[in-house]
Amino acid sequence: MHDKTLTELKAGLQAGDFSSRELTEHFLDRIKRHDGELNSFITVTEEQALRQADAADQAIAAGDHRLLTGLPIAHKDIFCTEGVRTSCGSRMLDNFIAPYTATAVEKMAHEGAVMLGKTNMDEFAMGSSNETSFYGPVKNPWDTERVPGGSSGGAAASLAARLAPGATGTDTGGSIRQPAALNGVTGLKPTYGRVSRWGMIAFASSLDQAGPLGLSAADCALMLQAMAGHDDKDSTCLNEPVDDYLGALDQSVDGLKIGVPEEFFPDNLDGAIAENAREAMRELEKQGAKLVKLSLPSIKLSVPAYYVIAPAEASSNLSRFDGVRFGYRCDNPADLEDLYKRSRSEGFGAEVKRRILVGTYALSAGYYDAYYKRAQKVRRLIRDDFSRAFKDVDVIMGPTSPETAFKLGAKADDPVNMYMADVFTIAVNLAGLPALSMPSGFINGLPAGTQVIGNYFQEGRILNVAHRYQMATDWHQQAPGGFA
Amino acid sequence: MSHSGNWEVVIGLEVHVQLATESKIFSGTSTRTGDQPNRHASLIDLGMPGTLPVVNKEAIRNAIRFGLAVNADIARRSVFERKNYFYPDLPKGYQTTQLAEPIVGAGEVEVQLENGDKKVVRIHHAHLEEDAGKSLHEDFHGQTGIDLNRAGTPLIEIVSEPDMSGAEDAVAFARKLHSIVTSLGICDGDMSQGNMRFDVNISIRRPGEPLGTRTETKNLNSFRFMEKAIALEVARQIDVLEDGGEIVQETRLYNGDTNTARSMRTKEDANDYRYFPCPDLLPVMVSEEEIQTLRDQLPELPDARKARYIERYQLSAYDADLLSGSIATARYFEAAAEHGGDAKLAANWVMGELAAKLNAQDKDINDSPVSAEHLGELIQRLKDGTISSKIAKQVFEACWNGDGSPDQIIEAQGLKQMSDSGELEKIVDQIIADSPAQVEDYRNADDAKRKKKIGFFVGQVMKATQGKANPQQVNQLLQQKL
Amino acid sequence: MAIDSKVVARAAHLARLRVDDSETAELSARLNDILGMVDQLQQADVDQVEPLAHPLEVSQPLRDDRVTEPDVRDKVLPLAPASEDGCFLVPRVIE
Repeated sequence: MHDKTLTELKAGLQAGDFSSRELTEHFLDRIKRHDGELNSFITVTEEQALRQADAADQAIAAGDHRLLTGLPIAHKDIFCTEGVRTSCGSRMLDNFIAPYTATAVEKMAHEGAVMLGKTNMDEFAMGSSNETSFYGPVKNPWDTERVPGGSSGGAAASLAARLAPGATGTDTGGSIRQPAALNGVTGLKPTYGRVSRWGMIAFASSLDQAGPLGLSAADCALMLQAMAGHDDKDSTCLNEPVDDYLGALDQSVDGLKIGVPEEFFPDNLDGAIAENAREAMRELEKQGAKLVKLSLPSIKLSVPAYYVIAPAEASSNLSRFDGVRFGYRCDNPADLEDLYKRSRSEGFGAEVKRRILVGTYALSAGYYDAYYKRAQKVRRLIRDDFSRAFKDVDVIMGPTSPETAFKLGAKADDPVNMYMADVFTIAVNLAGLPALSMPSGFINGLPAGTQVIGNYFQEGRILNVAHRYQMATDWHQQAPGGFA
Repeated sequence: MSHSGNWEVVIGLEVHVQLATESKIFSGTSTRTGDQPNRHASLIDLGMPGTLPVVNKEAIRNAIRFGLAVNADIARRSVFERKNYFYPDLPKGYQTTQLAEPIVGAGEVEVQLENGDKKVVRIHHAHLEEDAGKSLHEDFHGQTGIDLNRAGTPLIEIVSEPDMSGAEDAVAFARKLHSIVTSLGICDGDMSQGNMRFDVNISIRRPGEPLGTRTETKNLNSFRFMEKAIALEVARQIDVLEDGGEIVQETRLYNGDTNTARSMRTKEDANDYRYFPCPDLLPVMVSEEEIQTLRDQLPELPDARKARYIERYQLSAYDADLLSGSIATARYFEAAAEHGGDAKLAANWVMGELAAKLNAQDKDINDSPVSAEHLGELIQRLKDGTISSKIAKQVFEACWNGDGSPDQIIEAQGLKQMSDSGELEKIVDQIIADSPAQVEDYRNADDAKRKKKIGFFVGQVMKATQGKANPQQVNQLLQQKL
Repeated sequence: MAIDSKVVARAAHLARLRVDDSETAELSARLNDILGMVDQLQQADVDQVEPLAHPLEVSQPLRDDRVTEPDVRDKVLPLAPASEDGCFLVPRVIE
C-alpha cells in the first residue's frame, strides 16, 4: 500500500479495495517501526487519525467522496492544529497546544484528509538541513548519515521512506523544494498569496507560503486543490479563482517554451548537478518543448537580499515569543527583563538567535536604508527580471539544489555556506512566483531534483510540466531500501 | 520662587483618540469595555502564533472623516508599520501604527481664545494605530496582571505642530479637537475613561533663541489637569534653567490629585523602534469617490454649528461659541430651546444656572438631573407667566435635587405666580394701608426717586405672597393706587 | 560594516536575547560573516528603484466593522505560564 501514490490510494479507497482505517493503521505502523531511525515526526496523532479514518470510511460508505477523503497526510509542525502540540521545531513551543487550526490544514480536513501527525522541521523554519530542530535532526532515508534538507525535512523524509503518502510543508527560501530534491520527492511552493497563511507560524511574512509534498506531481495537484483558495483572515491571501490543477495535468507540452537562465548554471556548479538538470530538460524537449537561453542578472543578489529581508521580518515576528502568554518561560524570573531574556535565550536555538540578531541589526537606526530598504529595492529588480523573462517563456527551469544531500554536521560551523544551499530557490520567494521540484535522477546514489518555475498563478502549468515529465520517467517512483 | 520674566513657552500636543467602532482595528473582536479581563481579547489580539491582522473599514473611514474636518490632506495610499519594543501589554512585541505614510496629512484647526482672539493651530499629521492592553499593578501581590481587552482598539493619533504658547492655547486646542471628534461621532470623548488622552510636549526659550529641549507629559485626561500640568512643568523648566541647569529630554507623569509630576523610569538608552512596513498588511488605497462620499456625509462640525446658532438663534458669538463647543452641550441646548420655545432663555439658563451647578458638583452635562426637556418646561412656565424668574430658580434647584419635573414641582409646592388681580389687589391695598409714611414719601417724590421707592412696596407685597406675586402686575397695581 | 561586541550587545538587548561574554566573540564573527555576504547588496545600482514590499502589488482588503471573534479566554488562559483572576502574570513592572 505504501508504494502507491496518493492518487492511487484515493482510487483504491473509492473502489473499496481497502478502508481508510486499514490505510491509516498501515502508515501508523510504519511510523512506529521506522521513524525511530529517521526522526521525521515530532508528534504522531494516532487516536485522532484513527477517529478521522473511521469518519472517512463512513463518509465513503455514504457516497461522500471529497478531494482527500480517507487519505492520510502528515502536516509540518509549523501549522497550528487545535488540541495538538504545535512546536515549530522549537523548545519555545514544546508545551504549546494550539488553540485553533490553520486554514490550510482545515481545508484539507474539510476535504476528508486524515492527519497522521506533525513532521519535524528546522526550528522556526530557519534552516536548509533540518539540523536545528529542538527535537534532533531528521535523517535522509537514502543515507541516514546525511541531511534531508530543510526546513521541511521531516515532511520530505517521511514521504521518501513511505511513512506518509502525502505531506504539507512551507517554503520561505526553498524549504519545500530543496528537501524535496534531496529526498527524491515532488514538492511545490505556490504563488505568494495562493494559500492562506492563517495558522501558519510566521517566519518571514512576505516570503512564506504553504504547499504540498508528494510522490508525484499529480499527488501535489490533488493536495493543492484542497489547500488553495481565498481566506478573509489573511490580508495577503489573494481572491484569485482556484484553477483546476488536476484537469490541467495532461496538457501537451509541445511548443512549451522553457527558459534556461545562465545564472542557474554558473561555472562553479557541480558538473553532475548541471548535467542532471539538462537531462531533465532534454526529456521535455523530446515532448516538443523548446529551450530558450536567458539571463536574470539580478538573481545573483538574491541570497544577500533574502538574508536581510527574511531575518528582519523574522526578528519582528518572533518578538511575540516572550514567555508571557504561552510557550516556554524560564524558571524563577527575577524581574521582567530577566523573564524576557532568559525565556527567549533558553527557548530559541543558536540559528534562530543568530537570525534574530541579524534582522534586528538590519532594521536598526542608521542601518535600515543600507540594509532593509536596499534589499527591498534589489527585490524589485529580481521580480522585474522574472517578469521580463516570462514575456518570452512559459516556464523557467534549472537544478533545484547545487548539491545532493550533504553529511550531517558538514555545514554546522559555516552558516554562510549553509545559506548557499538555497541559491537557486530563493529568488522565487522574493518574486513570489510558483515553483516546484521534481525528482530527476540520482548522483552517486543520492537523489537530485529539477526546479520548474512558473508565472504568477501558473501552478497548473508547472504541475503539468512535471506530470508530463513523470509520465516519461520513473525517478519519482524510486524508494530508498531499508524501509520495507 | 519668582521668575525673571521673558520666557517663551512652546507647546505641541499629541492626542490619542479612541475610535468608537464596534470591533477592533485589526480583528473582529468587540471593543466593549467594562467586562472581566481578557474576555475581549481574541487570538489575534493576544498575538497567538500564526494569527494575522485584517483592517477595519470603519477605522479608515473615521480617520478620513477627521482629516476632512481639519482640512487636511487625505493620503490616497497609506502604509501600516511596525513599531518594535517589548512590554507585557504589547502582545506581539510590536505595535502596528503608521509612520512614513500616514492616512491624514497636514491640516489645521482654528481656536477661539477667551479674549475673543482667534488662533490657528496646525496639525502635522494624524495616523491610525492599535492600542495596547493594560498592566494592573494592584491586587497581584508583587506581580503585575496583564489584561489585553484593550489591545487592538483603534486609535487615531493626532500630532500638532508646536504652535501653542501657553496653557490657554493648549486647552483651547484640546477642547476644539474634543468637540470635532465628538461632533463627527468617531469618538465618545469620555476622557474619564481614557477614550481621549493628551500628551503635552513643552519646552521654553528666551525670545529669539532656538527651541529648547522639550519634555513630554503623558496621558493627561482632563482639561483641568492639562492646564495645571503645563503650569507646573513650565515653572519647573524655568527653575532649572534659571539655576543654570539643563533640561533633560524625558517623559513625565502628572498626578492630578497631588498636583505633582515625576519623571517616568528612564529606559537605559533611547529605544530604537526599528520601524518597517508591516509585511502582513498591504498598502491601504482610498479612492476619490470614497473621500467625496465621506465629505458629503460629514455631520455638522463645531464651526458650522456656531454659525448656525448665531444665525438661527440670534446668539452672540461668545454664547454661540460656548454652546457649540461640546456636542453634549449643543444637543442639550437645542433640545431645551426647542422644548422651551425660547433660545435666548435656554442659552442663559444653560450657561448660567446649569453650568454653575455642573461645575460645583463636577458633573458632566450628560449626567445632569435636570434634563433638557425639564429645562424646556421651566422656560415655558417662565414665558407663560406661571412663575417668576425668582421662583424659577427655586424650581430649578428642586428639579436638580430630584423632586420631579418643573410642572410637578410648581404644582406640589404651590409656586404658581399670583397673577389673580383680585387677590393681589387686596394685598396691595393692605400694604398701602399699613404703610402710610412710605406712601406719603412716595407721593412727594419726583419720578426718578419714585422708581426707587416703589421697590419698598413691591418688596412688601412679595413678602406677603412668599414671592409668588407677579412682579409686573404688582408694579402696575401699585402705580395705579399710589 | 564590522560588528563588534558592543553592537552585538545592543542588538541582543533590543531583541531581549541574553548573550554571555563567552558567546559574544563567536557571535560577532558569525554575524560578520553573514553581513560580509550581505554586503554584496552594496554593488547593486538601485538609486532609481522603489522598494518592493510584496511581490504582488495589490491593496489592503478592508473588513466590515462587525464583531466576529468570540470570547476565547477559557481556551487561551490555560496556555499561559502564569495567570490569576483572568490576567496573565508577569514580575512586577515599575513605570
